[in-house]
Amino acid sequence: MNKILRKSNVFYDVYERRPGADKLTTTYCPGCGHGILHKLIAEALEDFGVQDRTIFISPVGCSVFAYYYFHTGNVQVAHGRAPAVGTGLKRANPNSIVISYQGDGDLAAIGGLEIINAANRGEGLTVFFVNNAIYGMTGGQMAPTTLIGQITMTTPLGRSVENEGYPIHMSEIIATLEAPVYVERVMLGDTKSIMHTRKAVRKALKIQIEKNGFSFIEVLSACPSGWKMTPIQGEKWVTDTMTKYFPLGVKKDISDTFEGRDFSRKNVEPSELHEVLDIKETRIDAEKIAPFIMKLVAEEIKIAGFGGQGVLSLGTVLSEMGMRHNYEVSWLPSYGPEMRGGTANCSVKISSKKIGSPVVANPTILIAMNRPSLDKFETGVVSGGLIVYDSSLIDRAPTRTDVTVIPIPATKMADELGNTKIANMIIVGALIKYLGIMSQEIVLDSIGDVLKRKELVPLNQKAILKGAEFIKNIK
Amino acid sequence: MPKQFLKGNVSVVKGAILAGCKAYYGYPITPASEIAHAAALYFPRAGGTFIQAESEIAAINMVYGAASAGLRVMTASSGPGISLKQEGVSYCAGSELPCVIVDIMRGGPGLGNIAPEQSDYNQVVKGGGHGNYKTIVLAPNSVQEMCDLGILAFDLADKYRNPVFILTDGFIGQMMEPVEFPEPIAQEKIPEKSWVVKGTAETSDNVITSIELDPDDLERHNLKLQKKYKIIEEQEVRVEEYHTDDAEIVLIGYGIVSRIIHSVIDELREEGVKAGMLRPITLFPFPKRKISELAERVKFFLTAEMSNGQMVDDVRLAVEGKKPVYFYNRMGGNVPSMKEVHDKVIKIMRLL
Repeated sequence: MNKILRKSNVFYDVYERRPGADKLTTTYCPGCGHGILHKLIAEALEDFGVQDRTIFISPVGCSVFAYYYFHTGNVQVAHGRAPAVGTGLKRANPNSIVISYQGDGDLAAIGGLEIINAANRGEGLTVFFVNNAIYGMTGGQMAPTTLIGQITMTTPLGRSVENEGYPIHMSEIIATLEAPVYVERVMLGDTKSIMHTRKAVRKALKIQIEKNGFSFIEVLSACPSGWKMTPIQGEKWVTDTMTKYFPLGVKKDISDTFEGRDFSRKNVEPSELHEVLDIKETRIDAEKIAPFIMKLVAEEIKIAGFGGQGVLSLGTVLSEMGMRHNYEVSWLPSYGPEMRGGTANCSVKISSKKIGSPVVANPTILIAMNRPSLDKFETGVVSGGLIVYDSSLIDRAPTRTDVTVIPIPATKMADELGNTKIANMIIVGALIKYLGIMSQEIVLDSIGDVLKRKELVPLNQKAILKGAEFIKNIK
Repeated sequence: MPKQFLKGNVSVVKGAILAGCKAYYGYPITPASEIAHAAALYFPRAGGTFIQAESEIAAINMVYGAASAGLRVMTASSGPGISLKQEGVSYCAGSELPCVIVDIMRGGPGLGNIAPEQSDYNQVVKGGGHGNYKTIVLAPNSVQEMCDLGILAFDLADKYRNPVFILTDGFIGQMMEPVEFPEPIAQEKIPEKSWVVKGTAETSDNVITSIELDPDDLERHNLKLQKKYKIIEEQEVRVEEYHTDDAEIVLIGYGIVSRIIHSVIDELREEGVKAGMLRPITLFPFPKRKISELAERVKFFLTAEMSNGQMVDDVRLAVEGKKPVYFYNRMGGNVPSMKEVHDKVIKIMRLL
């Protein structure tokens, strides 16, 4: 007898967090199911010896104050978000036992997305879904599980299919997903049904404790205050009426075959992080850059062409090479839908001085890889500047007479090397040769550090050399 | 030299991991998506968690959970996504949870576009969610600062038990520059948090909550928060000043605009105009005192923004009418050119 009557140790003896004089009773109304379900959960946690490991998530709704009662770690969360918060808690400490305790408005309405996705990921959570077909705390409004014809504050004439649709069957929905291990709908009615609920609660918690599996227990529960009934009438309504719409039973159970989930994170020492993050030293050869360090460089380069011509990477290669010569550099991509096809452009600055704005409005150098780019940017080039264009694709020469113009049949030359896409590197080789602000040797040596596809390094080197040779021949 | 040439959006992720950040929860959105890409690659490798959340709201609530459990945790988004996250930010502020949120601003309102704007200033700096709260807001203007201020953000978040925003624009997120990474922070340098809930006996008496039913209790909680914000205002203001010593004209801007202003100042100085720049690095706390001091001796201020004029309100409040505060802006994803800002200064000078 003693054992049965004792309050579980998982509850606080005195509810100190509860404001007001009464620190011994709960905030729940007579006939409400929360108290019973709390008790079943508390007893299970105690029996399984996991009180210390447990984190109880209090939702918004009548059980918002569950943290008054449960002597476990407690987190109170926004309406509907418990499964997302639970995901963060569980992933942070995979050894913790996380309980998401939610009502029907919380779980099935405002938090519909969170529960579906946490269930679908198979988070190591145990969800207790208290379905009483009404919003209790806010004063008896319609819930997504309110029955057809049921009168609430927001369905004063009864819920109608025409206006509000049908009651939502969450257990059945969750059971269609692959990841959940155990889904059952139970009820708090007569003693027998409560004892059955006790079994379901324990099984669901066990699945988390032993295998980190996701379980979902829907508990049909009375809200006599919201329903404007006596506790006896409430219990009867759950048993006779609610169960017609919400059939009891196991909706899914793969606990026998479920092998368990491991949410633990890899242990990585801080000392390993630089390597893990691909943070590498950039080789700068002081001897080799010596001829260039006194040069006053202030190039503002606009590179433009079709998407796929390697316009953006032409820019990053130039900038990266500039950085390897201790210049200040910046690269800014063109911005907008044209990045997903069509034309692309980027702005590169290579300077002996600190770079303020990375935006290139009036380039000192324009690299035009197609006709629209030449048309668009030619007028903006500074007087005395340089225009390099792919003469194998652009059928007109620039009209400007106050700038230097270098036509390079880059695409044709790239084709001769066997790969059209290498035209951009031919331009790189040509420009570096022409400007004389960087060492060709450094560029060739370090191109492998810059490119993602290492197997293409020899081809890129060939293209750079070919571009340089072209300049040598026209000079 | 350990320099790497990287995008701002990648830099902030590497910096965060070096700062001991162990979890990233986010939802893809341009122009912040590279943050999620880098996080997806590096967090699991570095012993952290990455989850692409089902929504922005779920992402910030996963952050809420991880922060409750004591982890250094971050998320990132852009304008429309930040609007969605605001509910969770308010809860984090109310429950005093340290976390870092990156906002790579794009054009708005509504779907707007994916070009850079600075129109999230009000919703981030003024506390866009419900309730009397503030978040610390850091405004990087380079790829290096995306790393450095990202690291600082985690320290400030823990120090004050408060959400910290990294607020910048699409240009700073998308551009590439050399960046030098520091050594990783040692685990023991990350402060112990006794208030967390992590499923242990020692933390089983803890509760993370923002609910206080009794008006007196909630007022006390609010007063405590306001006191904390006051301390932050006294201790955490950060600015960059450029030629303000003898400046008669001070230009104010943050993010990409400050880079443009920097170049404009060089031009103006060459022309003999005594111009300087004040760049707020912290938008909250806002450098009110610094601006108030400058107002005693400069002729006028010019604030430039890629918004309809959001930060300029704070500048005006700090100047308190002592000197004229002019404003130049572009919106919709257009970036003010150096020439536009330069010409605006000359035009104002002629007026005076």
